[in-house]
Amino acid sequence: MCNWPPTRLGMSLTTRLFASPPPTRRATNFVYLVYLASRGYNLPPMEKVTTKQKTLLDVQKIRADFPILEREIHGKPLVYLDNAATSQKPRQVIKAISDYYEQYNANVHRGVHKLTEEATQAYEAARKKVANFVNAGDARQIIFTRNATEAINLVAYAWGRKNIKKGDEILLTEMEHHSNLVPWQMLAKEVGAKLKFIPIDQNGELRIKNPELRNYLTPKTKLVAITHVSNVLGTINPVKQIISYIKDYRSNIKILVDGAQAVPHLPVSIQNINPDFYAFTGHKMLGPTGIGVLYAKKELLKEMDPFLTGGDMVLRVDKEKATWNYIPWKFEAGTPNIAGAIGLGAAVDHLSSIGMKNVREHEKELTSYALGALSKVKNLSIYGPRDENKRIGVIPFNIAREKGKVAIDPHDLVSILDLEGVEVRSGRLCAEPLLNRLGAESAARISFQVYNTKDEVDKLTNAIEKAKKIFKLI
Amino acid sequence: MIEDQLYRETLLEIYKNPKNRGEIASPDIEARLDNPLCGDEVRIQLKIQNPKSKIQRAVFSGNGCVISQASASLLAGYLEGKTLDEAKKLKSDDILKIIGINPSPARLGCALLSLNVLKEALFNGVQSKSR
Repeated sequence: MCNWPPTRLGMSLTTRLFASPPPTRRATNFVYLVYLASRGYNLPPMEKVTTKQKTLLDVQKIRADFPILEREIHGKPLVYLDNAATSQKPRQVIKAISDYYEQYNANVHRGVHKLTEEATQAYEAARKKVANFVNAGDARQIIFTRNATEAINLVAYAWGRKNIKKGDEILLTEMEHHSNLVPWQMLAKEVGAKLKFIPIDQNGELRIKNPELRNYLTPKTKLVAITHVSNVLGTINPVKQIISYIKDYRSNIKILVDGAQAVPHLPVSIQNINPDFYAFTGHKMLGPTGIGVLYAKKELLKEMDPFLTGGDMVLRVDKEKATWNYIPWKFEAGTPNIAGAIGLGAAVDHLSSIGMKNVREHEKELTSYALGALSKVKNLSIYGPRDENKRIGVIPFNIAREKGKVAIDPHDLVSILDLEGVEVRSGRLCAEPLLNRLGAESAARISFQVYNTKDEVDKLTNAIEKAKKIFKLI
Repeated sequence: MIEDQLYRETLLEIYKNPKNRGEIASPDIEARLDNPLCGDEVRIQLKIQNPKSKIQRAVFSGNGCVISQASASLLAGYLEGKTLDEAKKLKSDDILKIIGINPSPARLGCALLSLNVLKEALFNGVQSKSR
């Protein structure tokens, strides 16, 4: 970024430059903007000035950081297309974890010796990195959990059981992952609340065009829990607009966003989206397993009781009672996943060094290429939006004959793809109600990360053709 | 390669034109299970001939992958003429022998789904007559 506001030297330079009549808009953009700035106008952010470029990501260089990508599967080079399940890890993340264990392994927030100090610093630095990465504002609003599922359960237990009463309504969508559905089913059953669902249309997008969204909200609505990006369809939901609409309708409805599939693939600013709760997980974003994140508004974190209780989450304890630690530690009972948090910090550094805009652009290009390549495969039907601007690189599909009847069971299909080294997920994709809605028992699903290439998409389509040959569909 | 056996001609043939697929109007024993991982489902129905507790007829229905459906078809064929006691003694290895493949751990569940359904039917199954 440029240095702004300009130094005295810079100011006098621009003053001298523009002592003569001011440049017009016809002057080159840069000269005009420097002139505006010299007159006290704010410069727009740099990225808005530069012309839009195709991504110039050096994917081969990016791939070199992932040791596993050198592996072979059944004698063929690994083509890893199951990133929505979990991403691969760069050597920087693996090293950060082994450095912790080899050089400064100690418990955090305990004692004063050198090792615990280093471990605590690294653990809390990871929290700051994560907070910056998703623009959470304050690192104290970042609670480390085991995964997104635990983050959502934390809300269901610590906030839900206190605030959702008999007859209240929880609004979900038809495209929720089981992790953002089952905790609410449990809560609703326990307190006698009701679940409602925003339906999807035939493109796999939420039916929320005005005034539809209004129809799902009632005076009894207490919570809206909605995914940012569908793990099955890849659909990117306009969560910012949805939240602002709901808050306009009634500001005390709380909104939880499941960002498990969004944070690894899109630039995410939580402060801009403005949810009450936002959950995501480390292992889908180049980080290790066993570390997830819950963001929550400060006043909610203060008002909520702890979820799990025990060590580290208390300030004072006597035989009869205890007082809670400050946020965020009030919600982190027991020794946390220190290595996991440090690994997630390294993952965030890695993604930031590539740039989330670049990640998104690369994956968008790849998605567009894959949608094109897959739609050329005869008998293949794709679910979800056709427009790569409306989805991330998650594409579910089936090999179907006439009338959508599945011709190769997805389980068989991915077994054959596996023989070609192409690793693809199949099954109910942790979203059974959504698959039922799509009229599919199960589906195959590919999903990209920043290290995937068009060449790998070609290997996928070749492997699909091979499967069709085995099943005598060609 | 082991996995290549999964898609041998014979299994594919059974999958496409399965024997013993169908329904018994009033079965003596039946059970249904599905594999939550993949969505495969298999139902097995048995008609028992007393007094020797012989399986007079066994049929399967359901849907899913080649392995789960072909193994259900082969198992149903195997069961006909066996006694309930013989059926109760069937083990995983027996099924793999009947279908003639040795699937990877990930696909073992598909191959054994029909055996699990059979066990469910024999030990906890709905006794249709008492319904």
